[in-house]
Amino acid sequence: MYSKDGNDYFVVDAHIALWDARPENQLNVHGKQFIDCFYDYHRNLSPESEVWSYGEYLYQGGERLMRDVFADGIVDHAVFQPARLGEFYKNGFGQTEEAFALAQAHPDKLTYNHYWDPRDGENGLDKLREDAERMDLKGVKLYTADWHGDSRGWKLTDPMAYKYFEACRELGITNIHIHKGPTIRPLDRDAFDVADVDHVATDFTDLNFIVEHVGLPRLEDFCWIATQEPNVYGGLAVAMPFIHTRPRYFAQILGELLYWIGEDRILFSSDYAIWTPKWLVERFVDFQIPEDMSEYAPVSTDQKRKILGLNAAKLYDIPVPAELQVAEADATATGPRDPEAADKNLAMA
Amino acid sequence: MTAVLSGVTEAAVRDALGTVVDPELDEAVTDLGFVRSVAVRGADVEVHLRLPTSFCAPNFAWLMVSDARDAVRAVPGTGRVVIELDDHHDSDLINAGLAADADYRGTFGHEAEESLDELRATFHRKAHTAAMERALTTWVRADPRRTEDDVAAVRLGDLPAGKETDSLLSRRTALGLPTDPASPVLLGPDGTPPAPEQVALTFRKARSVRVSVDGNAHFCRGLLTTRYPGSEADQVFRLSIDSALPLEVLR
Repeated sequence: MYSKDGNDYFVVDAHIALWDARPENQLNVHGKQFIDCFYDYHRNLSPESEVWSYGEYLYQGGERLMRDVFADGIVDHAVFQPARLGEFYKNGFGQTEEAFALAQAHPDKLTYNHYWDPRDGENGLDKLREDAERMDLKGVKLYTADWHGDSRGWKLTDPMAYKYFEACRELGITNIHIHKGPTIRPLDRDAFDVADVDHVATDFTDLNFIVEHVGLPRLEDFCWIATQEPNVYGGLAVAMPFIHTRPRYFAQILGELLYWIGEDRILFSSDYAIWTPKWLVERFVDFQIPEDMSEYAPVSTDQKRKILGLNAAKLYDIPVPAELQVAEADATATGPRDPEAADKNLAMA
Repeated sequence: MTAVLSGVTEAAVRDALGTVVDPELDEAVTDLGFVRSVAVRGADVEVHLRLPTSFCAPNFAWLMVSDARDAVRAVPGTGRVVIELDDHHDSDLINAGLAADADYRGTFGHEAEESLDELRATFHRKAHTAAMERALTTWVRADPRRTEDDVAAVRLGDLPAGKETDSLLSRRTALGLPTDPASPVLLGPDGTPPAPEQVALTFRKARSVRVSVDGNAHFCRGLLTTRYPGSEADQVFRLSIDSALPLEVLR
């Protein structure tokens, strides 16, 4: 729990990882390119005091993760969202067994989500059933740009993916986190396009689809789709750190999200270990939309409470003390959720 | 000596590269700092391009490097033109394709089905939408009596002369949309003015496109300077309609 100025916040970090990108786990140059890309994100968007050395960045291990994520008791619960990247790393990027063991050791603090890939076919479906039972899965993270043999991506609407969604429904895996990436076949299309989320959200109304990185770099397409589907959510991983380097851009992202998808469908995430959650939570609680940005309404304390933890707690049935709860907004199931929020005159203050 | 005779200069090559645009960010690769080096030896030209990450989308990378190849070849007097993309996860594939003078399908084989024309067209439309929103937001902000509900009545002829209006007109021309002064500024995705009850939504949607394009541009520019220290010297400041209060970068 985080407290500031007499307000208490229950905090759920909806996207963390336990990765191993050390050279001995790299399968080829792409393993190095991938972690280097993450490290540039980290260096570019972190406050100087929060920048790690490259060596520290390659691997953290469970003990350090517990210290970083739950530092000073700010984060109450965190959810693993692993990426497999089996073509880049010998033992994968996300460390399944290590993370799962850690979650078992700290069930009050950690939830382990796993992944699946429709290109694993029927064998993968059997494996998903086994994993669901062994790991008591409530959610999965899907990375559509993951490479797999000759394939460099898949779509949520692929027929085999539908079999996996049907299995998720049957197994009670209700939270489907989706991460769009740069490659998908055919390359003729925009791989970041979230249009396929629209289809699956319509066809599987009993599953929740959490679009990670709030669709960035296609924020606009994500907002448009999310307004039309009651079961589409936005995860703030990667969007959060803009709060430091580019606070006005962060204000625009948050303003757009509140307008289009509303306060009940936005989830705080640090994307640990790309960034650590502590400074992000502190900055977010202190954050306000700049006054001159009159196209967006101010963010309320209750909205921050929901985004920081209550929305994710609801999706994952994480118990929240009664005094930290906030009522749901009286928003429409679809359509812009808060269209009257903003000042319609945009004159600079 | 040969350079003088052939008339190919580095400046001419850079001018040609200035016509090559990153379709996502709607900005010239020269302004973004994506041109790593230009070497002219006699009539022969070698250009190296760079991107903010190894994992920038390969289809967009291909559009930029192949456009660069076409633009540099079109410079009068050029001989052998070598264009290379550095440090990308698909550098080998892309550079081999460029060297063999292959097209997109020849380069990417089974990963390509048709062409990148539709992808390019999608981003031309987004670039227009963002330019339209910038012009209209600037118009609303210019007078405290104006509100978002007034934007449907704004015609191209009502916009002040300047870079923003020029930018909107050039994107209209590229899409074959009307450019006459009596044409409404606010257009829906189909290129026609929205119905009255759709005006606010159309404008808001356009805003989300602009926020996205501008935000991506700032992030990509920042990542390039992290990846290639010193590359900020090659970047040209990107104007923002919030430039009175810029999207500041703190360290």
